Amino acid sequence: MARYAMTIDLTTCVACDACVLACKMENNVPDGYHRDWTEQKLTETSQGMELEMFSNRCHHCKSAPCVAVCPTGASYIKDGIVLIDRDLCVGCRQCISGCPYGARYYHPASFVDKCTFCDHRLGTNRGPACVEVCPTNSLVFGDVSDQDSEIFKLLKNRESKVLLAEKKTKPKYYFLTSTIKKATKAVA
Amino acid sequence: MASLTRRKFIKITKSAILGSAVVVGSSAIMGRAGEASVGDDKGDGPVTGEMTIPSYCDVCFMGCGINVTVRNGRAIKIEGNPTHPISRGKLCPRGAGGLGQLYDPDRLKTPLLRIGKLGSEEFKAVSWDEALEYIAGKMKSIKDEHGPESLALLKHGKGADPFVRLWHAIGSKTEGHPSYAQCRGARDTGWSLTFGKGPGGVERVGLDKAEVVAFIGAHLGENMHNVTVQDYTTGLRNGSRHIVVDPRFSTTASKAKYWLPIKPGTDIALLLAWMHVLIYEDLYDFEFVEEYTTGFDQLQKHVEYTTPEWAATYTGLDANTIRDTARELGEVAPKSMVFPGRRFAWYGDDTQRARAMAIINALLGAWGKESGIYLGDKIKIPKFPYPEVDHDAVHALDVKGKYPLGQSTPVQDIIEASIPGKTDTTWQNAPVKGWLVYSTNLVKAVPNAEIIAEAAQHLDLLVVVETMPSEITGYADVVLPDTTYLERFDVMNAPEWKEPFVSIRQPVVKPLYQSKPSWWIAKRLADKLGLGEFFNYQNFSEVIDYQLRQLGSSLKDINQKGGVLKKDFEEPKMRFKTPSRKVELYSKQMEKEGFDPMPRFQKHKSPPDGYYRLLYGRVPQHTFSRTTNNSMLLEVHPENKVWVHPEIAAVHNMKDGDYIVLKNRKGVKSNRVRVMVTKRIRQDCVYMAHGFGRTERRLTKGFKVGADDNGLLTEYSLDPITGTTGSQVNFVTFV
Repeated sequence: MARYAMTIDLTTCVACDACVLACKMENNVPDGYHRDWTEQKLTETSQGMELEMFSNRCHHCKSAPCVAVCPTGASYIKDGIVLIDRDLCVGCRQCISGCPYGARYYHPASFVDKCTFCDHRLGTNRGPACVEVCPTNSLVFGDVSDQDSEIFKLLKNRESKVLLAEKKTKPKYYFLTSTIKKATKAVA
Repeated sequence: MASLTRRKFIKITKSAILGSAVVVGSSAIMGRAGEASVGDDKGDGPVTGEMTIPSYCDVCFMGCGINVTVRNGRAIKIEGNPTHPISRGKLCPRGAGGLGQLYDPDRLKTPLLRIGKLGSEEFKAVSWDEALEYIAGKMKSIKDEHGPESLALLKHGKGADPFVRLWHAIGSKTEGHPSYAQCRGARDTGWSLTFGKGPGGVERVGLDKAEVVAFIGAHLGENMHNVTVQDYTTGLRNGSRHIVVDPRFSTTASKAKYWLPIKPGTDIALLLAWMHVLIYEDLYDFEFVEEYTTGFDQLQKHVEYTTPEWAATYTGLDANTIRDTARELGEVAPKSMVFPGRRFAWYGDDTQRARAMAIINALLGAWGKESGIYLGDKIKIPKFPYPEVDHDAVHALDVKGKYPLGQSTPVQDIIEASIPGKTDTTWQNAPVKGWLVYSTNLVKAVPNAEIIAEAAQHLDLLVVVETMPSEITGYADVVLPDTTYLERFDVMNAPEWKEPFVSIRQPVVKPLYQSKPSWWIAKRLADKLGLGEFFNYQNFSEVIDYQLRQLGSSLKDINQKGGVLKKDFEEPKMRFKTPSRKVELYSKQMEKEGFDPMPRFQKHKSPPDGYYRLLYGRVPQHTFSRTTNNSMLLEVHPENKVWVHPEIAAVHNMKDGDYIVLKNRKGVKSNRVRVMVTKRIRQDCVYMAHGFGRTERRLTKGFKVGADDNGLLTEYSLDPITGTTGSQVNFVTFV
């Protein structure tokens, strides 16, 4: 069985939001809502400043709290992708508060919505819209159970981290860090 | 798992449609787009079913290939065209947000004729015929009374091409574009004086292959020129080491090995010191210099004293860092370069800064290398059999007389020539009396923009052709609603590139409202001026089809190929179109015209106490003021902020997120704008993204959102070589 996952390269993402716009068009996300978004985090160290820029979305956790709290079984996992059955969703929104990543929103058409890794494209020759559009080639999507996949090799060869590891949700959105530079010091 | 209910079935079906790659180039689909007279008078666009139509983007001016999905006559999705060499299936956020421009309800909908006094913005809707009749009448009387050169064309983008043709048919070469005086003019001139040509409109830079790259203020990642950013990040992944010289910790700086927070205005000192190290430590590319350049001995003598220690005193940088970064560049030469950059008009010595950057690239041997500024190949677009126009027309604005080494007419010279007594004697013989402004919001693009209001007072005719109400339409006598790039044919795009290609722009939907494509407007105007013979086509698609047929293709064929035609790359020869046929480290051309033959550092004014230099740039999501009413792009980047160093914020008692107002030394105030307190900027400057703070009321989303940097740029420093307008010389404080 496939185990789909995604990586983002922190050394190259510029948080430009192309992924957000591509997702909105592909998935017909209403104005004012989004399934993915970008973040920038500046940290100061004794070495200088470090700017982390990344695109963010559902982390498709293996131990997904959203699935655990869902009273109707609308939230479920298939091939490693956390999905929502709109017919079963009663709009109670417990999953929205249960998600540590803030990845879900309440759709004006009365159901909860989120990133699906563009599962409707599975089986075609096309990847998720965010991955396809990305002008920095920072996003990679694939099956981590397939040892020939690009994502498998990336995770094998590059250092990576997950966000909020302490929540023990076993997220499958990996942040590649290995070639990230040391904090850039102003050398005035 | 839930059973397949009807609701779910619908969802799946919809997804299946969304997800199914509609085959680009299926002739059933593409034949239609290719043959239909979409964009002509009938506006016979695609109406049913779903199809994907290739074209090229116009949200900025790079010309990236796009595929637009259209369902039942409505465009629903824009994606990068995978077969297109400068998009490679990718798009920047602005390109991805193009539908926000097409479907903006604030668009100009009908021709408008001013009925109130100038600047009152009181217009009445008129028919196309009435509007064009009015314009043609005024153009005729200006031509008869003052000569054709008194008609000026101010423009930007490919859509301007039919107006250029009309202007030549009338006999006027009075043309200008702000992208020259503000953006690439000084850069391209400086590079041409050195190498005989510039680095290209879509820069031919091997960022993917270079081992070390220096960026002088260029902020890739915030500037999102698609293919450049793709190659830039490929370089990062490949381990390229970057040196970023910028008063601001930009996105590029954050990904670099070195950030040099230089004192603004001292870049030439740093560049001269780098030359010193490269030459005196024997780190330059000896073979390249020996074979291709002239003037090395003079340069060596010229930079003898420009040591890192000398430059440190001006730049505020550490001498060792200057030396280290020069060595980084030199040790891997020729696999290193100085990135050319854009929006180049900063301090008035900008052609000299371009020269300094070009000279370093020559010392590194970067020219003609695939890891440097490589040589491109192109498909030459065949000529359409237009009747010859009279090219002997007098150059009313004698740009070669005023700027012998320049490459175009700076727009402010045209604006000044519209004001009696404002311009100098060589430019007075034919005062400009009429403007046609195509797709450039001059008020937000030209420094000292208040001069536009003054000029407008003296004009007999001011026509603005635009898709959106904007600050410049407010001054117009006649406003004509242009189509967006998604509703028209335009000239083809065929830049010099590593994969030579031609790509088409074509309508993907019917023109909305009463908008008309520029070729239609120019052709109808020509008819009314008795110049119809110069537009010997009925629909511009005929011109494209003819040109493609000369290339062994056709409109239908190129559509079947995904909107792009390619040819094999042929390596061009290393030839330099300079007087010496060499790379001119020492420029006799410049010496002859009285300019420094080699760049020399000159000091620029520092801000007075309590004032800060206003720097400006881009955010990834916006292109100038073109996009600051686009709902899709505003959703991801709603407003600009002014960056202020914490120490300065403390002095002025400001907190992060506060709304403040900026004021320049002439007392001009900005709209209110939020402060971003950050160590990412030096203490002696503030920074904001360009394009916000719109003052046009009819922009329901962008009006008074954020602050306008351009309104605060009341001063500029003129580059005597090109006439380009250095604008980083304005100082602001907080009200």
